[in-house]
Amino acid sequence: MTSIFSAMLARTWAPTSLIAAASRVMSLGGIDLTIITLYFFLVLGLGLYLKKFTSTGEDFFMAGREMTAWIAGLSFISANLGSLEMMGYAAATYQYGILVGHAYWIGAIPAILFLALVMLPFYYICQTHSVPGYLQLRYGEATRSLSAISFAIMTILMSGINMYAMAVIMKVILGWNIHFSIWVSSLTVAFYVMAGGLLSAIFNEVLQFMLIWLGALVIPVAGLIETGGWAGMVRRISENFPGQDFTHMWRTLGSFTGNPMGVHWTGIVFGWGLAISFGYWTTDFLVVQRVMAAKDLRSAEMGTIIGGLFKMLVPLIVILPGLLALAVLPFKLVPETMANVPGVHTYNEALPLMLARYCGPGLLGLGVTALIAGFMSGMAGNVSAFATVWTYDIYKPLIRKQASDQHYLSMGRWCSLLGVVVSIGTAYLVMNFSSIIVYAQVVFVFFIVPMFGTVVLGMMWKRTTPAAGFWGLLAGILASFVLWLCVKLDPSALRLVAFSSHAKDMAENVYRAWWSLLANVVVTIVVTLFTKPKPEEELKGLVYGLTTLPSLGQLPIFKRPIFWAGAVAIAFVLLNVLFW
Amino acid sequence: MKTKNMISIWFFVGCLLALYGALILAAGLQTYSNRRSANIAMQNLHLQGWWGTGLLVIGLFYVIRFRPRRLR
Repeated sequence: MTSIFSAMLARTWAPTSLIAAASRVMSLGGIDLTIITLYFFLVLGLGLYLKKFTSTGEDFFMAGREMTAWIAGLSFISANLGSLEMMGYAAATYQYGILVGHAYWIGAIPAILFLALVMLPFYYICQTHSVPGYLQLRYGEATRSLSAISFAIMTILMSGINMYAMAVIMKVILGWNIHFSIWVSSLTVAFYVMAGGLLSAIFNEVLQFMLIWLGALVIPVAGLIETGGWAGMVRRISENFPGQDFTHMWRTLGSFTGNPMGVHWTGIVFGWGLAISFGYWTTDFLVVQRVMAAKDLRSAEMGTIIGGLFKMLVPLIVILPGLLALAVLPFKLVPETMANVPGVHTYNEALPLMLARYCGPGLLGLGVTALIAGFMSGMAGNVSAFATVWTYDIYKPLIRKQASDQHYLSMGRWCSLLGVVVSIGTAYLVMNFSSIIVYAQVVFVFFIVPMFGTVVLGMMWKRTTPAAGFWGLLAGILASFVLWLCVKLDPSALRLVAFSSHAKDMAENVYRAWWSLLANVVVTIVVTLFTKPKPEEELKGLVYGLTTLPSLGQLPIFKRPIFWAGAVAIAFVLLNVLFW
Repeated sequence: MKTKNMISIWFFVGCLLALYGALILAAGLQTYSNRRSANIAMQNLHLQGWWGTGLLVIGLFYVIRFRPRRLR
């Protein structure tokens, strides 16, 4: 899980406090363990099988750019759908209600469609290997280095943090040994990514996508039958939590105090829907790499739109279980701060509790395999993105410029292993210094947001200068960090940053993201006006207006990405109206 | 990359789902025949049986549809 949204849950998610949780949520039988073991065997076998198909750098880092739209799309969404995200969002739904679903709709769909129709053609035409690679072509080496080094460090750090958090969850819900979980899962990921590179990661992500859906869908099906459908569920929630509105997306956002999150609609639209969402979905290489591996531009665009469609449906297996937990659990879940109280269950246990509620032998194994698969797909995403950025954006330009393709391929393989080993080290570091989690996630979250301003201004405005790209990016990162520090040192500053002293952590994050993007854009524009732009000849293929976009030919309308993007956009609007 | 000889990912997906379906269905039948209480809510739905059958059917469909074929 490297999702920016999951990272936003940093403070609601506290793995160390989970260790203190008294009771194990579920126990597995022989058939469940067989199901989990079979999954590990298949994943390892796939890695071994795919090794023979990766003989060049292009094969290893970009899966030969031969993926179909469906495979690229499912991999795109699977790399984002980590198990911590699933559990974290179910927990956040129990806490804040359906408002959390904004992460999947306004916090994703507009940005994904923008990536598909506007930005992907530029990434694809310039044939770059990575997003920092695009920044090098557009702005130069300094901007590329800043983004690549930050991305590499943060990717590995997040990978380790999430590995640790996952091991803690396995300990709490299944009673597994933390060291066993860390080593078995991460060495499996290391093996298959090292063997088959991005191809192996993508294949496994498709497998994991199927498992996540088929394993997690049990809860909403059984839950809705138990409660008598949506209306029955809403009625039960109202009975259990009188006076609180957990089931409307927009109706409660007219004021800061009218909803459990303490956020106004401006924060959701500008902070979440624009700054965070566009930052993550259009510039985080972890997800963009998946669709850049598609066999042609149309497949890349269609893959992104397919990913968007499934993203829109993820609330079924993440948000709905959280709401069902509000409706059917006979006890109330408590915040992490009360995890030490004997006999209580915390918000973070919402999803495992619901799994244990409905899943008998076999189905429980499938559900746990879905969680493990989610964790491994997130980690494989981190490791393969790290290997690419390290090899192409740090090692090649800064350490060894001239080497054979085989040398870089070998570097990529070893780098995947190194990435996992460093992640394991980070996991143990976090075990001893849990506060690192909070700092690392804050830096990670707000590194991605200003990237959007830098990339989109570079793509859309030919006047943007190399100096402006660098200083704008740096200003965005610093602005978000300084604002975070201000609230940390003086909590009353929250009133200025998030416009309300009632703002909860998530609300604070969305407003800080907005300020970060604003700082990035303002500095980029101001510096541009006082510095010298690149000659237009050097910007061909990189900037709108100077680039001839490839034609899709005489395709029927229903085969065109714009048609399906329109269909997804209409569904997005209807869903928001339906749950207004 | 020579992907022409590569077995489709959907074949592997089918194998895993079919195996899982068979195992879950067997577990469901065993629970049902022993009249054991699995200590879960909504037992009357027999979710293991339905889910196992569904996975088995989907899995077999993918296995047959995407089975490796010899190159001519």
